[in-house]
Amino acid sequence: MSGPSTYEPQSGFTRWLDTRLPILRLAHDTMTTFPTPRNLNFWYAFGAILTAMLGIQIVTGIVLAMHYVPNSTMAFDSVENIMRDVNYGWLLRYMHANGASFFFLAVYVHIFRGLYYGSYKAPREVLWILGVIIYVLMIITAFMGYVLPWGQMSFWAATVITNLFSSFDQLSHLVNPHWNVGTTIAYWIWGDFGVSNATLNRFFSLHNLLPFVIAGVVGLHIWALHVPGNNNPLGIDVKGPQDTVPFHPYYTVKDLWILSMFLIVYAVVVFYLPDILGNPDNYTPANPLVTPPDIVPDWYLLPFYAMLRSIPQKLFGVLTLFGALAILVFIPWLDRSYVRSARFRPVFKIFFWVFVVNALLLGYLGSQSVDATFFGTGIPDVLLARCATAYYYAFFLLIMPFLPLFETTRPLPATIATAVLGNKAAE
Amino acid sequence: MANVTSAEPNRRDFLYIATGAVGAVGVALTAWPFVAQMNPTASALALGSIEADITTIQPGQQVIFTWRSHPLFVRRRTPKEIAEARSVPVSALIDPIARNANLDDNAPATDQNRETKPEWLVVVGVCTHLGCIPTAFEGNYGGYLCHCHGSQYDTAGRVRRGPAPQNLAVPPYTFLTNTRIKIG
Repeated sequence: MSGPSTYEPQSGFTRWLDTRLPILRLAHDTMTTFPTPRNLNFWYAFGAILTAMLGIQIVTGIVLAMHYVPNSTMAFDSVENIMRDVNYGWLLRYMHANGASFFFLAVYVHIFRGLYYGSYKAPREVLWILGVIIYVLMIITAFMGYVLPWGQMSFWAATVITNLFSSFDQLSHLVNPHWNVGTTIAYWIWGDFGVSNATLNRFFSLHNLLPFVIAGVVGLHIWALHVPGNNNPLGIDVKGPQDTVPFHPYYTVKDLWILSMFLIVYAVVVFYLPDILGNPDNYTPANPLVTPPDIVPDWYLLPFYAMLRSIPQKLFGVLTLFGALAILVFIPWLDRSYVRSARFRPVFKIFFWVFVVNALLLGYLGSQSVDATFFGTGIPDVLLARCATAYYYAFFLLIMPFLPLFETTRPLPATIATAVLGNKAAE
Repeated sequence: MANVTSAEPNRRDFLYIATGAVGAVGVALTAWPFVAQMNPTASALALGSIEADITTIQPGQQVIFTWRSHPLFVRRRTPKEIAEARSVPVSALIDPIARNANLDDNAPATDQNRETKPEWLVVVGVCTHLGCIPTAFEGNYGGYLCHCHGSQYDTAGRVRRGPAPQNLAVPPYTFLTNTRIKIG
């Protein structure tokens, strides 16, 4: 994809194919000889892990769709049928449900890795934006998948999330107090006056489609990666062959080794703790007339849920939630520091780790009841959530643009090779 | 083929513009059925009307019926609850509009505008924040408390504490007899 190709067909057939469809050349140049910085660490394996998780979700999802019935009177029972009667149905469903959680675990590691090492900075802005698009598609897909079992939490999560759009009524009310644009959008999404069989059907259709859209954007993401090549923990550019090693065997083995460790943890959860990340309320069939006392999304969306709940005004709550995702697109231009890696940014590094703790705090607050206090200390959760939401925005809107004006960065090494190999690199 | 440019619009310019315009209209007209199919179907729209027997409801009680797949609250208010709701000036309300389908769109949210008969509160039991079902007889205003995000409503179903932006909707309904109402 970048640089001259080093592929040389070794047989008559591959020579013949190469002049007609150079697919082996593409595979060779991107996955074998591709020059990769020699200092990539553990955290750089999560791209490969994510690709594997997408594959697992698609394969388990396709077979689950052979047994699942997308009808509001039969969906819940069909899931129980998968769990009890379908051969290995319990395994396939637990792989899929927990696979979503591990997919998000990996994507959060991947995103924080990119933030820490400044992987979003020029010339990788498009690579970063494609990543944000994938992340948003993952959220939409996971949300629709969560609705399909048609339990109480499925139904009410669908109700609350689709009702986010009704907040746009408040925008159209500025023009005419009787124009309910948001409600019109909500009816259009539901295909009814509320979450219903029509909603379930379309969510099933889209839940099948979107993983393939994600796969397509992943293709673009990898393409955009292969134009400038990988960033690395030092955040400096590759300056010559001494800074790189071929992708195969060095990183194929490293990625597969770390993937194996990741899949072992995944297997432990699938086999021994399959319900630990689920909500018991979803083993109660959906009932449109009873709202469960506490509605919570799955763990990977809790930070955003905490932001939504911390704002006492409907429209601003929804805008805060959507804005928290939209702001990610602009990070390449919000961060004004020319130094990529946080290794050489002592102050940014502190703010970064506070940001990580802040995100975990928001997740915890989102899991708690709306009127709870922080571990019984008397400090209202909602107040903390407001502060944490403010820090989330301040990290991007204040710290990223203005910190570089005050921060003294550490000196950057001349090349990756001198930093990694010491004087041997001079040879 | 050589690229011919001329100052005057020629037949090729006409063809470009005409083809583009017809194509754009065609795409728009073709896209519309694919967008509109997602709107509520004719059968969903037709399930508009129910009748409810309210004979057994005592003062201080509420019964929940189902209307358009949503819960419908029919609550028989006590004299104290009525008095509380009537003592609130409209200017103190978050949403000053009655949201009563039986009245004019701009009717103010006085207690009188929220009910057809003072004793009977009939509202759609869907929180105007994010669609949860509020719990009756809870919260600081004696009406409803929504456990999802903490909105509170008074004994006339009017929102008194956010994040909900609007009063609970009053559906179109009529008293067929003193003990029977038709909703929708």
